[in-house]
Amino acid sequence: MTAIASLLMVAAGGWTVGKGLTNQIILPIGLPDLLFHLRLDPLSGFFLTVIGLLSFFVSIYSLGYVKGFLGHRSITTLVIFYCLFIAGMFMVVLADDALFFLISWEVMAAASYFLVMFEDEKIENRRAAFLYMIVAHVGAIAILLSFGVLAGLTTGFQGFSGYTFDAMRATRFPLGWATAAFLLSFFGFAAKAGVIPLHVWLPEAHPVAPSNVSALMSGVMLKTAIYGIVRITFDLIKVFPWWWGAIVLVFGLVSAVLGVLYALMQHDLKRLLAYHSVENIGIILIGIGLSMIFTSFQMPLLAALALTAGLFHTMNHAMFKGLLFMGAGAVLHATHERNMEEMGGLIHKMPWTAAFFLVGCISISALPPFNGFISEWLTFQAFLLSPSLPNPLLNLLIPMGAALLALTGALAAACFVKAFGVTFLGHWRGHHNPNVHEVGWPMRIGMMLAALTCLGLGVLPTLFIEWMDVISEQLVGAKIATSATGLGWMWLTPIAHERASYSGPIVFLFIMAVVVLAYIFLHVRPAAIQRVPIWDCGFEKINQRMQYNATSFSMPIRRIFGFFFSIKEQVRMVSQYGHKAFPKKLHYHLRIRDLFWGWLYKPVIEVSFWVSRKVGKLQQGRIQVYLIYSFVTIIILLVFQG
Amino acid sequence: MHTNLAAQINSFLAAMILLTAFGMLVQRRMYGLIHLFAWQGLFLSISTAIVGFVAGAHHLYISSILTLSLKVILLPYILHVLIQRLKIHKEVETIVNVPMTMLIGIALVIFSYHLTAPVRELSTLMTRSTLAVALATVLLGLLMMITRKHAVTQIIGFLAMENGLFFAATSATYGMPLVVELGVALDILIAAFIFGIFFFQIHTTFDSLDIEQMARLKEED
Repeated sequence: MTAIASLLMVAAGGWTVGKGLTNQIILPIGLPDLLFHLRLDPLSGFFLTVIGLLSFFVSIYSLGYVKGFLGHRSITTLVIFYCLFIAGMFMVVLADDALFFLISWEVMAAASYFLVMFEDEKIENRRAAFLYMIVAHVGAIAILLSFGVLAGLTTGFQGFSGYTFDAMRATRFPLGWATAAFLLSFFGFAAKAGVIPLHVWLPEAHPVAPSNVSALMSGVMLKTAIYGIVRITFDLIKVFPWWWGAIVLVFGLVSAVLGVLYALMQHDLKRLLAYHSVENIGIILIGIGLSMIFTSFQMPLLAALALTAGLFHTMNHAMFKGLLFMGAGAVLHATHERNMEEMGGLIHKMPWTAAFFLVGCISISALPPFNGFISEWLTFQAFLLSPSLPNPLLNLLIPMGAALLALTGALAAACFVKAFGVTFLGHWRGHHNPNVHEVGWPMRIGMMLAALTCLGLGVLPTLFIEWMDVISEQLVGAKIATSATGLGWMWLTPIAHERASYSGPIVFLFIMAVVVLAYIFLHVRPAAIQRVPIWDCGFEKINQRMQYNATSFSMPIRRIFGFFFSIKEQVRMVSQYGHKAFPKKLHYHLRIRDLFWGWLYKPVIEVSFWVSRKVGKLQQGRIQVYLIYSFVTIIILLVFQG
Repeated sequence: MHTNLAAQINSFLAAMILLTAFGMLVQRRMYGLIHLFAWQGLFLSISTAIVGFVAGAHHLYISSILTLSLKVILLPYILHVLIQRLKIHKEVETIVNVPMTMLIGIALVIFSYHLTAPVRELSTLMTRSTLAVALATVLLGLLMMITRKHAVTQIIGFLAMENGLFFAATSATYGMPLVVELGVALDILIAAFIFGIFFFQIHTTFDSLDIEQMARLKEED
């Protein structure tokens, strides 16, 4: 049923964007005098499509996935909160006033909290959910304050009628207040989106939630924060100085690079994917930040290019990250194992899942012919066209950003070679050999649809860009489709065809041709392929624990970028015959932690505990003391009454 | 009756209410405390009736009768029974010694006169001069709750505060609307019952009505 509703939403969203319509409804519900406003414009239609599409795929997938819980736990709560969660996300993008936006935002946050808590018998799940709740609420407070500032300015702090987005659109805000509102809302949305350094909840909450929920949380819930940022800056505030864009850009770059570095160090498949969400949010923010910079310098065409890149990546990330989480869920469903070090060789047992996961890996590593390439390529184009900016500082910063983005792409590719290779290739690394089967059809269909979407977006990006062009036209006042499709639907040319162009279909055909040729060369020959034991370099008794594993794979990068992590490495030797030369056993212990936890969060936690201990001293437990408090309060109020 | 005479009588009653409030602060015996409380209620009730007569606000008669029946007869009776049942014959235990309490009380009265001075300038009601006394009664009731250890004295302090509030209402605006007063009277009655039940519970749990014991309920740290 969720699937059907989601499909309806896709249709509605797609139709709106296609026609460039704007519908507005005022619902006669809500608080007295504060009616709920709904509005469906191309921007919300786009996000509606993204959310609806992935929800549709994931809902099909869930049909199979929740069967894994049947028998040992009630799935009623899962189903209810799953539906509430999706409904909350739809409402967030449809909301057209601050009140309804915040209510939907909280519905979404609360529902996802319960979904993270679903397997609540494990202490780490409860911890993760609690952390998530705290971050979500701190963020929500910042958003609330931001809307408060905007709404107050709209009416000059005279009434409540400024809470609708329409009223905010009609107002031109003074720079100081607008900056305060922007910084607050950026903080709030960044907390939701998992921008470094507010990302700590993400790698905790995503792995422990059921996989269909992690797919949605990572794929689309983070996108609602992107929606919020775009909505507030481009639609509500509209005029802003260039350094806002620079802030977004810098945070995006930091998130992208550090996100992928942390992801490389993870051995938990879902945790790795969660860190990749941080990275991809960073890439989206790079696009949006560039677009803001270009807008403030009155370069609508470039702004449209960057915004399209950011939004395209939003769509892409929803698709391939949803696909990857569904794949990880399928692996988890089949093996009951999240640690990559205990897997291996699954491609023989789960060929379907492996193929879909591979599609996701290629997409997220930004390799053609899949969709990730297109959006990162567009982002690069936006970077490379920026030397025309009239600000020397930015001209220094932006090439560096482009280099960092390139580094991110390379590291992401390395990371997914590791993820795919260690999980699906080689031999089983675990201690016991479990009975692993391919997952059922609903799960396969869900993943297949997402994979096909990835391919479709990658091969025919021009159609998609033409479809979503109306958004950039409304927000930054220019469309790129006229130039992007200058050479017809085959060629994607962002600005001018003599600068850069890309043809999805031709690249796809070429790659297919190479693949077919390679297959023919390998398989069409007289002798069949033989399987022989692995050559053990002359050692004896090579076993499956001796394979190249995830830790070994990430070791070079750990050495190079070690200063970004807090690494604890211990080697302990148990020797025989009382001498080191005769080792019996070698214990190797490696613990890698996020640097930000110690730097940023520990002090905050300690200070808040300290403050609450001090406040606790007020609680004497004696009625007279409490009475004295109120007595003194009354006296003070009376003294200062005039 | 001449308005001037009524104002004088009213001022006299206000003085008596203040006097009983101070009396409650110094009174060391439990029964004496209850009697003083009853007297205060009686003065309040007469004052209300006079204000009602002079101002022609006839609903004040109902308030007056309510005050008389609740605060002069019923509540003192309940407290009396409570004390007998729980066998509390001890003297009232204070935290701050009596002269000190008196000094604080006097400071509070001066403070409330100082506070209500601007109101006296503006108001044209005949009862305007008694507003300061009403405020002082509220503050003295609160002071009594702070400085006493015993749960029953806390209650009497609370009820004295309520008396002060009631008096403030009549002296500042010739009384609240009848509905509000009825509601307040009912609240007081119910509060008394609840307190009575709690006293029994506290007594059985701690074997004493000394609220110092309740500090044990605090969370350990």
